[in-house]
Amino acid sequence: MSGLVVLIPCAIGLGLVALGTFFWALRAGQYEDLEGAGQRILMNDDLP
Amino acid sequence: MTLELTDLPDELSKHNELSEYVERGPDGARQICFAVPDAYCATCIEAIESGLGKVEGVSNARVNLSQRRVVIQHDESLDLAALGPAISLSGYRNFPVDPADLSSKDKTMAELVRSLAVAGFAAGNIMLFSVSVWSGADEATRDLFHWLSALIALPAVAYAGRPFFRSAFAALRVGRTNMDVPIAIGIAATTTLSLFETIVGGSHAYFDASTMLLFFLLAGRTLDHMMRARARGAVENLARLQPRGAVQLHADGTSSFVRLAAIEPGMHLQLRAGERVPVDSVVVGEAGEFDLALVSGESQPVTIGAGASVPAGAANLGGVVQLEAMRASADSFLSRMASMMGAAEEVRTRYRRIADRVSRHYAPVIHLTAAATFVLWVVLANPHTALLHAVAVLIITCPCALALAVPIVHVVAAGRLFERGILLRDGAALERLAKVGVVAFDKTGTLTEGKPQLVGVDSDMQDALARAAWLAGASSHPLSQAIVAAAAGNDLGMAMARETAGAGVEAEADGIVWRLGNAAFCNGRDEFDDTQSRVWLSRNGEPVATFRFSDRPRPDAAATLQALERARVPSTILSGDRPHVVAAIASELGASDFRAALSPSDKLDAIAALRAERGTVLMVGDGINDAPAMRAADISMAPGSAADIGRAAADLVLTRDRLDDVPFAIALARRAEVLVRENLIFSVLYNVVVLPLAIAGYVTPLIAAIAMSTSSLVVVLNAMRLRFYKFDTTNEGASR
Repeated sequence: MSGLVVLIPCAIGLGLVALGTFFWALRAGQYEDLEGAGQRILMNDDLP
Repeated sequence: MTLELTDLPDELSKHNELSEYVERGPDGARQICFAVPDAYCATCIEAIESGLGKVEGVSNARVNLSQRRVVIQHDESLDLAALGPAISLSGYRNFPVDPADLSSKDKTMAELVRSLAVAGFAAGNIMLFSVSVWSGADEATRDLFHWLSALIALPAVAYAGRPFFRSAFAALRVGRTNMDVPIAIGIAATTTLSLFETIVGGSHAYFDASTMLLFFLLAGRTLDHMMRARARGAVENLARLQPRGAVQLHADGTSSFVRLAAIEPGMHLQLRAGERVPVDSVVVGEAGEFDLALVSGESQPVTIGAGASVPAGAANLGGVVQLEAMRASADSFLSRMASMMGAAEEVRTRYRRIADRVSRHYAPVIHLTAAATFVLWVVLANPHTALLHAVAVLIITCPCALALAVPIVHVVAAGRLFERGILLRDGAALERLAKVGVVAFDKTGTLTEGKPQLVGVDSDMQDALARAAWLAGASSHPLSQAIVAAAAGNDLGMAMARETAGAGVEAEADGIVWRLGNAAFCNGRDEFDDTQSRVWLSRNGEPVATFRFSDRPRPDAAATLQALERARVPSTILSGDRPHVVAAIASELGASDFRAALSPSDKLDAIAALRAERGTVLMVGDGINDAPAMRAADISMAPGSAADIGRAAADLVLTRDRLDDVPFAIALARRAEVLVRENLIFSVLYNVVVLPLAIAGYVTPLIAAIAMSTSSLVVVLNAMRLRFYKFDTTNEGASR
């Protein structure tokens, strides 16, 4: 039982962190252009 | 009119028009958005962004590849008119997007995705506790886990359930039911009962069921919304720059840009080649040649002389024309069409979607069953047990599969249509398309190319066509372009030609003066024949060749009508063009019926008559004059080349301009309808099987969770079959 006292808040806390991160990513516009993000990897940034 | 004079107002008007598209970004910076429909790869992003980066005043340009748009942040020093050419220079078509219809600011979508995330988080964590409870946790642990579940579920349901609660409340307030009513009641009842059970230390709590249900339903709804947003964005990307104004000529000879709304009757306007008439006007001064294809369906260019009126939307084919505005924009032809469209809406609003029709019968049945179960168990046992069993009925019948049955099929169908370049606006359109009983086609621009093509040369001269193309290359007139297209391959280069607006082109080579133009210009003899346009070629004033033009059917038009015939959908032609021209096309293509010389309101009557005779009507059209008929028909399609107003009226837009997409879309809609019915039958059968179990009180939270996810999965997998279904459009009538 004493293990649960630590583990349950840990599990829920981690879940909340993930949820918070997702909300942050949404707000930061990271889901605005999923296709473009994949293509931009192929661009040469070091060229002028 | 010399070049310098026309260039200045051009730049001026472009800048003024574009400044209406500028808005303030999130950080207060000025930004403007351009659509770049052809961008698809990393190289495209790089080319567009670096091209724009070189324009002075641009601080940042970022391409959004999913939406095919580029947002340009800039400061005041920017010359807005330089942006379009800068993107064109990189090799991409582009036009500004009105910030009012930017779908990136989609509030509903944002709410759905957030709700989905919250529901997913809650369902996952509560399931963790539920599994331990189901595996036999002792009483103290079970109560603790129920309390923890409640702690997560209550805020999650309150947050993620809002879309359903709102919609159900709105429906109930006007005394109707929709699919969201049983959903909202089911979720609210489940959560409340589970909370009650938790407080009294009961053994069954259904928090996992209520959050999982929300998660599944939100997933379906989010996909449905994404599909529609994608189609809407793609349609907006097609919109060309509307005439937002015109160049006004003042009495003192100067000119200035005037906004469309500010044009008043009596103003003198100047219309350049290729521009559309902004408001209904009268031609003053020299006669002009106009393309009325989008306005009336008239397929041949029309010459309109001084003093005659020209409707808004007609395109100027010749040189600069001076007009006197007759009406303000709000009373013009385009606006009258828009108000006719609004009045023709009635059929659409009368249509009830399949899901809503099912739920109208479904909701009362399950609510009565739940009530009956309660009464039964009050008699047999006690009110507490009765309440548990009654809520179990509500949970197990909560129409998860039923609510997913229709939208998931539509999402898959829209995906397949999208791959073929067909944009579907709304799932309800697909339901109506499956029932289509007759297809009405517009002629000009829909069944035909909408531009004249060379059909014959009468000449004794061997290289008449090549010589004509040599002259025609210097002109942008549609008939000249048709000659150039027909002569592709055997040309003599391009002449240093001089064009006389409304007459023809003239050039000299080896001491011979060649002229290409109308009969008067080339001393030709004009025998009147209004099915074909003619152009003459003359050598030193002596006519040596005649070229005949007419509007040809699209290459796939005949095959499309045959495919529709095989699918047992007769087709008819509704055209504003003259009867003998329409009759010729109808017999050539094998259309079963046609009606010609129809005004826009005649088309409305024709649609109503067709509906009375043959049932659901599909209207395929492209012009401004088709727009009201397209709204009046049960369902409508427009090619991507259609006028903006025609495309806005259409339920489906065929962006690749292929007519054989029409039978394909009908076949797909019919197949989707079959799958929707299968899904609905399965959902109802599922309820018939589990309902007795629930009434008898055998449904524990574990059984509820399993039954609900299995039924949803079955419905989704069944819908996925549409993804792999092979359509043989040459023979799809048989696949029905």
